Amino acid sequence: MAAICFILALRGLSSPETARRGNVTGMIGMAIAIGTTLASPYVLSYTWIIAGILIGGTIGTVTAVKIQMTALPQLVAAFHSLVGLAAVFVATATLFAPDAYGIGAVGSILTASLVELSIGTFIGAITFTGSIVAFAKLQGLVSGAPLVFPGQHLLNAVLGISAIALITWFSATESYQAYWLIVALALVLGFLIILPIGGADMPVVVSMLNSYSGWAACGIGFTLGNTLLIITGALVGSSGAILSYIMCKGMNRSFFNVILGGFGAEEGVAATTQGDKTVRQGSAEDASFIMQNAGKVIIVPGYGMAVAQAQHALREMTDVLKAAGVKISYAIHPVAGRMPGHMNVLLAEANVPYDEVFELEEINHEFSTADVVYVIGANDVTNPAAKTDPNSPIYGMPILDVEKAQTVLFVKRGMASGYAGVDNELFFRDNTMMLFGDAKKMTEEILQSLN
Amino acid sequence: MDPTKIMQATEAAAASAATGSLISLFTVFLLAIFVGYYVVWNVTSALHSPLMSVTNAISSVIIVGALIAAGPTDVNFSKIMGFLAVVLASVNIFGGFIVSQRMLQMFRKKG
Repeated sequence: MAAICFILALRGLSSPETARRGNVTGMIGMAIAIGTTLASPYVLSYTWIIAGILIGGTIGTVTAVKIQMTALPQLVAAFHSLVGLAAVFVATATLFAPDAYGIGAVGSILTASLVELSIGTFIGAITFTGSIVAFAKLQGLVSGAPLVFPGQHLLNAVLGISAIALITWFSATESYQAYWLIVALALVLGFLIILPIGGADMPVVVSMLNSYSGWAACGIGFTLGNTLLIITGALVGSSGAILSYIMCKGMNRSFFNVILGGFGAEEGVAATTQGDKTVRQGSAEDASFIMQNAGKVIIVPGYGMAVAQAQHALREMTDVLKAAGVKISYAIHPVAGRMPGHMNVLLAEANVPYDEVFELEEINHEFSTADVVYVIGANDVTNPAAKTDPNSPIYGMPILDVEKAQTVLFVKRGMASGYAGVDNELFFRDNTMMLFGDAKKMTEEILQSLN
Repeated sequence: MDPTKIMQATEAAAASAATGSLISLFTVFLLAIFVGYYVVWNVTSALHSPLMSVTNAISSVIIVGALIAAGPTDVNFSKIMGFLAVVLASVNIFGGFIVSQRMLQMFRKKG
């Protein structure tokens, strides 16, 4: 029953109209799942459980209500780490009290259960530390730059192989020592896997960890012989995997390439020095003049908009333009921002109607008919080098064809190259005007001069 | 393939898996992956963020394992582990669903 609710919840998300109902269906499913478990004969004492739900529920509610929409990626990463840790706790509890789950007694747990248990724990622990690192990077506590050191892949491989050995040892002997070693190893591995991955690859990482948390639930589900856990875990797992795939495709990179990391650090040297070229620099007044006289403006938001919290200013600016009869639409690249769909949520927060927001494939042919493209906080996703320069590290990545528009307005804090360490030749084109400044301030200034 | 058919098959397999044999559990597992595959590809990319927070919330269904661990009357190591897991999973359930609801609330049509 609860499983059906969860499936329907995900189905609801196929369109914004049904999505809210879908979410409620998910909540009902969760209530059913908890209710039936509480009613089961295994559960006899309720004080601890109610206390636990109250404590956790309060923390969760307060956080969820207070969180800024720009901080969403961090929040999701933090939540993933909790699922991972919870999986480890459940597995540990199972190991020390197997009779409660009907999988044998201490010292004689079924081998199959031990295998599933250790795999669940392993993935759970990786998810836990991996998500913590992802959280720290997204929150800016740790530098977003990829951290690479020699022998890293070798070390990870060795750790991975010893994990398999430990799981075998544990399954054969039910040794607690082996169990704790598996936990420790997985915790370390979680750190090591995510540390070398750079900030802009976070969409992939966050969805990958999402997937992991699902598989961890799945592993525990197998141990407990609980079909609900298995179904849900598999749903979440495949959903996360698909999202990672979509994100990787958006960057034209293989999944392994991202996971093995070190992209920005190694290939950044490929950035050519184009210092002798000149850029055309404009002011907010120039920009507002150009946009006022345009018939069609396409807005390309990126991570910079999220950092500067410029979405509200942007919406106000477009309102004024719309009132002046300018046609506005938004173009969103699949990997814009730090998590899948990040930009859509931010624009929605600023009350941008979602039917003005378009995906890469939907809008790409429209750039040639646009008078002005307003690029705000995006860079690599607009770089024509991805199409023209086979030596560029981002070659082959699908990009937004902003250069086809008549005028490109590029809001940027400075001339620094994007995450991939590549110069954007777009800056030097004749039809590009650079607007140097903070995304929010610049947008507000344009708004002022529009009025 | 029709997703609803797979869903029915999953349900049937889940019912038979109540006996708990590894093979039937595994069948459920594989079918659920298929269901997930079909359902998730139908999600519009605009809603990928809510999708993540919803899946995150429902993956806390792991709380059922935690509840069983925290269930016994006598206090032991397993019960404490179970209790901690209940706390963590509840943070996630409440947080995840509320954040999704907040996000979805913001998606509005023109006008």
